[in-house]
Amino acid sequence: MTAPTKLGATMIVTRDLARSFKTRGGTVEAVRGVDLRVGAGEIFGFLGPNGAGKTTTLRMLATLITPTAGEATVAGADLRREPQEVRRRIGYVPQGGSTDPAETGRGELVIQGRLYGLSRSDAQARALEVLRALDLEAAADRGTGTYSGGMRRRLDVGLGIVHRPAVLFLDEPTTGLDPQARARMWDEIKALREAGTTVFLTTHYLEEADALCDRLAIIDQGRIVAEGTSDELKQAVAGDVVTIGVNGAGARVLELVRPLPFVREASHDEEGGLVRLYVDRGEVAVPQLLRILDAAGYAPTSISLNKPSLDDVFLRQTGRSLREEPAA
Amino acid sequence: MTTISPPLVTSDSPLAQQKGPNPMNAARDTWLIFRRSLTLTLRQPVWIIFGLMQPILYLVLFGPLLDASVKAANVGENAFNWFIPGLLIQTAVFGGAFVGFGLIAELRSGVVERMRVTPMSRIAMLFGRSLRDVVILSAQAIVMMVVAIPFGLQIDLAGAVVTMALLVLIGLALAPLSYTAALVLKSEDALAPVVNGVALPLLLLSGILLPLALAPEWLKFLSTLNPLTHAADAARALFNGDWGNPEIAIGAVIMGALAVFAVWLASRAFGRAVA
Repeated sequence: MTAPTKLGATMIVTRDLARSFKTRGGTVEAVRGVDLRVGAGEIFGFLGPNGAGKTTTLRMLATLITPTAGEATVAGADLRREPQEVRRRIGYVPQGGSTDPAETGRGELVIQGRLYGLSRSDAQARALEVLRALDLEAAADRGTGTYSGGMRRRLDVGLGIVHRPAVLFLDEPTTGLDPQARARMWDEIKALREAGTTVFLTTHYLEEADALCDRLAIIDQGRIVAEGTSDELKQAVAGDVVTIGVNGAGARVLELVRPLPFVREASHDEEGGLVRLYVDRGEVAVPQLLRILDAAGYAPTSISLNKPSLDDVFLRQTGRSLREEPAA
Repeated sequence: MTTISPPLVTSDSPLAQQKGPNPMNAARDTWLIFRRSLTLTLRQPVWIIFGLMQPILYLVLFGPLLDASVKAANVGENAFNWFIPGLLIQTAVFGGAFVGFGLIAELRSGVVERMRVTPMSRIAMLFGRSLRDVVILSAQAIVMMVVAIPFGLQIDLAGAVVTMALLVLIGLALAPLSYTAALVLKSEDALAPVVNGVALPLLLLSGILLPLALAPEWLKFLSTLNPLTHAADAARALFNGDWGNPEIAIGAVIMGALAVFAVWLASRAFGRAVA
């Protein structure tokens, strides 16, 4: 990192932050007491399935909705008492886009800068700077309705950083982008960190959390179930992961392997087609497992040995896989 | 994790020095939102033209039919001097009542949410858009008056200017109400029946299309409860230069009070939705 690091400085602190919504069916507790600490200059990821409470937490921290309980300090300003101060110091990029299709990219950036208090000439200069940084200068004077998905998303990010915020909130920054546009977006986000911005993003992509985030919190059903660096989280799932295809015999195979001394944890998926084992040493466990299965008359359709992934972390904490999420 | 960390220096932000809300910001932000929304509306003039098509069709295809009715009701010599003031009010009412649809599109595009996260004045989001609406409906009114002159409309210039002010009050009553409904309902499908359900009876009960002098008593009574009836009567008196007519003051006071109420209500809605 080349940026001046404020060692130990904390950009976001939340304490017992909660939010419930009243619906016709009763009260829905979207976020149930979240404690977070995000350091200055880091990319912090909020990983979880759809509906886990990621966006609600983000919207609370960005002053869009008020918490029903708890407190938070964002970029040094108290969320409840000084929301206006928080707004000056943060940028926020909403999930579904944030531009008018009839307005040009430059027009959007200029008005955004002016709404943050910049003079007309400062806003124009800053808009040009942002357009250049995000490689949008050629499309600057076209309506955003003509932009590709990746370009529009970069402009969304540009709108979030027009006023050089200390903290940038990104809600699902790469959802719906093709692989090239996603890689591009990751580069832009890393560049923001290099420039000293603290980035707080939500994602339901494991790869994104793994590759991009310095630290992450895994959230499920409104609660944080794990927090740390990607490596720390994976190390907590000690050992290796063995996945065996058993062709629907999951429950019976599980009974067979669970008592084995080298198996720390075992589970099967909903259809019973895959059994997943956490073992101490995969290379030792696999031949033994094969022998035992063979003796019991099961022929595995597949077998794989992996280092734990963030999905294993999630699976271990919640009993469900993030990958089982139907593609939204 | 029990203590909140001390404030951090954000010296790299050019805005870190600014403090607190400032009434000048509300005026500045209103102007910014007004300019933006007017520019974007003018980029798609189809809606402005569409808003003018209906009253001009009424003017050309319905106005000439009124001659006999206006004379039968004994409400004036000139059918167009009776009809155009009401038609201007109808245009202002519909123009104002439908602005909520534009706000719903902006809510959906994420533009409103993006601006809610900036420190901009919350009230400017309402005032800037309403100002745009008033400017557009004023321009539509001028076009209609000019188009109606060849048909025989006689304009008292001072009266026409004061009528424009009355139309502005109507716009300031209807547009904020439409925005409030849009913020509450958040969908075109829910807003459309509300707008039509309110605007249509108001117009039918205002004696804009046909003189209420011909109406049965119960209908006449209902129409006196309708603020638009008084606005239409005021506009007719103004067009005829009938400055002594008390309906002018009555119409202006009623619409002024409605505008104040609507702006107050919408300010609260914007403040809350956008707090």
